Amino acid sequence: MHSSGFFLKDVAGFLGGYYAFMAVMNGVAALLLWQKKRNVWAVTWAVFAGAMMVLASLALSASPAFVPALPSGARSLVNSLSGPVLYTLGTTVLLGVLFVFRKFFVQPMVAWTILNVMLVLMGLSMADENFAAIVMKPDNVPIVGLVFLLAFFTWVATKQAVVNDERIAQGLPPMEKVNDEKVLVWPDLVYTELICMVGVSAFLLFWAIFLPAPLEEPASSVKTPNPSKAPWYFLGLQEMLVYFDPWYAGVVLPSLVVFGLMAMPYLDFNKKGNGYYSIEERKFSYLVYQFGFFELWITLIILGTFLRGPNWNFFGPFEYWTPYKVEVLNNVDLPQMFWVNLLDRPLPRAPQGAGVLSQIGFVLLREAPGLVLLGAYLVLLPPLLAVTVFRGFFAKMGFVRYMVMVSLMLLMLTLPIKMILRWTFNLRYLVSIPEFSLNF
Amino acid sequence: MAIGETIRNSQIWKSIFRHPMPLDRRNRIVVMLTNFFLHLHPVSIKKQGIALSFTWCMGGVTFFLFLVETVTGVLLMFYYRPTLEWAYNDILALRDVTSLGILRELHRWGAHAMVITTWLHMYRVFLTGSYKPPREFNWVVGVILLLLTLLLSFTGYLLPWDQLAIWAITVGSNMARATPILGYEGPGQQLLTIGGIDLITDGSDARFGLLGARFVGEETLNRFYVLHCIAIPLAVALLLAIHFWRVRKDGGISGPL
Ligand code: HEM
Repeated sequence: MHSSGFFLKDVAGFLGGYYAFMAVMNGVAALLLWQKKRNVWAVTWAVFAGAMMVLASLALSASPAFVPALPSGARSLVNSLSGPVLYTLGTTVLLGVLFVFRKFFVQPMVAWTILNVMLVLMGLSMADENFAAIVMKPDNVPIVGLVFLLAFFTWVATKQAVVNDERIAQGLPPMEKVNDEKVLVWPDLVYTELICMVGVSAFLLFWAIFLPAPLEEPASSVKTPNPSKAPWYFLGLQEMLVYFDPWYAGVVLPSLVVFGLMAMPYLDFNKKGNGYYSIEERKFSYLVYQFGFFELWITLIILGTFLRGPNWNFFGPFEYWTPYKVEVLNNVDLPQMFWVNLLDRPLPRAPQGAGVLSQIGFVLLREAPGLVLLGAYLVLLPPLLAVTVFRGFFAKMGFVRYMVMVSLMLLMLTLPIKMILRWTFNLRYLVSIPEFSLNF
Repeated sequence: MAIGETIRNSQIWKSIFRHPMPLDRRNRIVVMLTNFFLHLHPVSIKKQGIALSFTWCMGGVTFFLFLVETVTGVLLMFYYRPTLEWAYNDILALRDVTSLGILRELHRWGAHAMVITTWLHMYRVFLTGSYKPPREFNWVVGVILLLLTLLLSFTGYLLPWDQLAIWAITVGSNMARATPILGYEGPGQQLLTIGGIDLITDGSDARFGLLGARFVGEETLNRFYVLHCIAIPLAVALLLAIHFWRVRKDGGISGPL
């Protein structure tokens, strides 16, 4: 579908306000920088604010010729390039680059530039009817907020961690230590809390006035919507259903997430980095947490919300969600790959009228390749790691704690491993025992 | 300001606030010790512990949102009836005819916001290493609060009884059907049989327990309503009390030793 005049009339007002807001935001930044005598940056953002005013007035024209939008060629390119593989790898690389070069990215002017780029791209994309249709769904709006909030707070935290890490390297205490004089809670804390409450109330009222809560047709148990989606905060789990059966993606993995989070303070024996921002002093736990939080939770929620359409097919950000999109599924199970494709034999199968034990034996034989792989992964790998990369951990943690930690990590990694196996070998199940509804 | 003086010198005022305005150091300490709501806090605190750049005030904002949800939720309960006949129509009326129907918007967006701020709070606690000893247990309490926050949101999602609601809950609760051993379609459910009779059927499995029926229906609406308005909020309130108590007992907001 192409942006029709009707659609542009609907978003024009919003986009006008949006760009005007960006203009004000950058104008204020320019003013503050000017006062601090950082004239080059001040002028840069003042000019940028002017440009945003121009965009605002163009947007308000509500005419297809003027509303600022990404060229349709660029949009089709993005659509045709994007897919689950590129999306996942792309976000991984992006987060990795941000992490490795964090010293560069936390500089206020760099971060401000990134924020503006994000906002402009968002604004340009909103002029696309298909993009706007998904992003402006009332229940999806919070996720847009979440993305910006996460970016902002990660910046706040990383900035302080970078400073602290540099200080610690020079033998100085972290900044939090410098600031440890005592103040009275009334007025210092009580007033901060009051201001926060007023701010949050104002924000919530504003949100409630401008965005009506959704209400669709009355419930009907016969009209199944396509796609049928869980509430947005569970869409990461729903996305995992692409790779695993519900018993694992919907029950076991979430339970492990809860259990793993609870176990964390008892597994992290590193005494450093308690009560202040730091990355260098606790790199391992930092990376594990960020990997789980950003890669396996947040990016999957974004994928599940914005990029999964009818039949849970993948759609590019500017693609129309047609229910008729067909995706060829030619996934194979490991036993099929091993016995049939590799050894060129039929799948092992119990002869007619065999006893229960012999039936079980044949099932185990059929599934042997997957069971051996899984067994090696969960049973052999922990001791192997204990004498190699995790030798130090094992010595400090003792057997039980070490085993809990390694098992949790290996189970967490089953998700990315299964994703990669799916993308590279079209693997569906490693082990598939339909007799016991047990597929993995 | 004669009127102000008169009020502040009246017996009524003095019976409520047993000390002068907190304008000097002494009375600023006294107010923290004598006021029921304020005594949740210590009297004095390290400057970095209240720096916005340190805590982001996220725990506080989450708590405030919980209070907003409680107040707007109670007001909505005066209006909304959890039955197939009325649920949808009551929400429709909130949108179209009721004055202050904006309560529903406040409640819904407040709920989304609370999920987000809980994640952000947890993120901050992780990044400052505040789950480390002696605060391990409070982190565990926090994880349970996180779970309950999600369940509050999830149970509330069903109440408008529109297409969005029942299908989101259907998709979400279908997972329970696959619970190992206890779910009708879960691995190993075949093991629970006595004398050839299946114990786990679609009328007795984990999903049935959650929904009160074989599909999302009126029983589910009732069940989720009670969970949403009574059971989970009470549990959250109790755990919040423990959470805040422990923040104090564990030595206040964390900081470098
Ligand atoms: C309903 C949700 C929650 C509420 C209302 C809440 C509230 C608070 C408040 C007000 C504080 C004081 C410091 C601050 O504001 O940061 C706090 C501290 C703390 N919270 Fe929470 N919390 C919630 C959930 C969680 C979760 C999900 C976790 C972690 C999994 C957690 C772990 C902690 C810990 C360890 C502290 C002590 C931090 C320190 O001393 O620096 N809380 N919480």
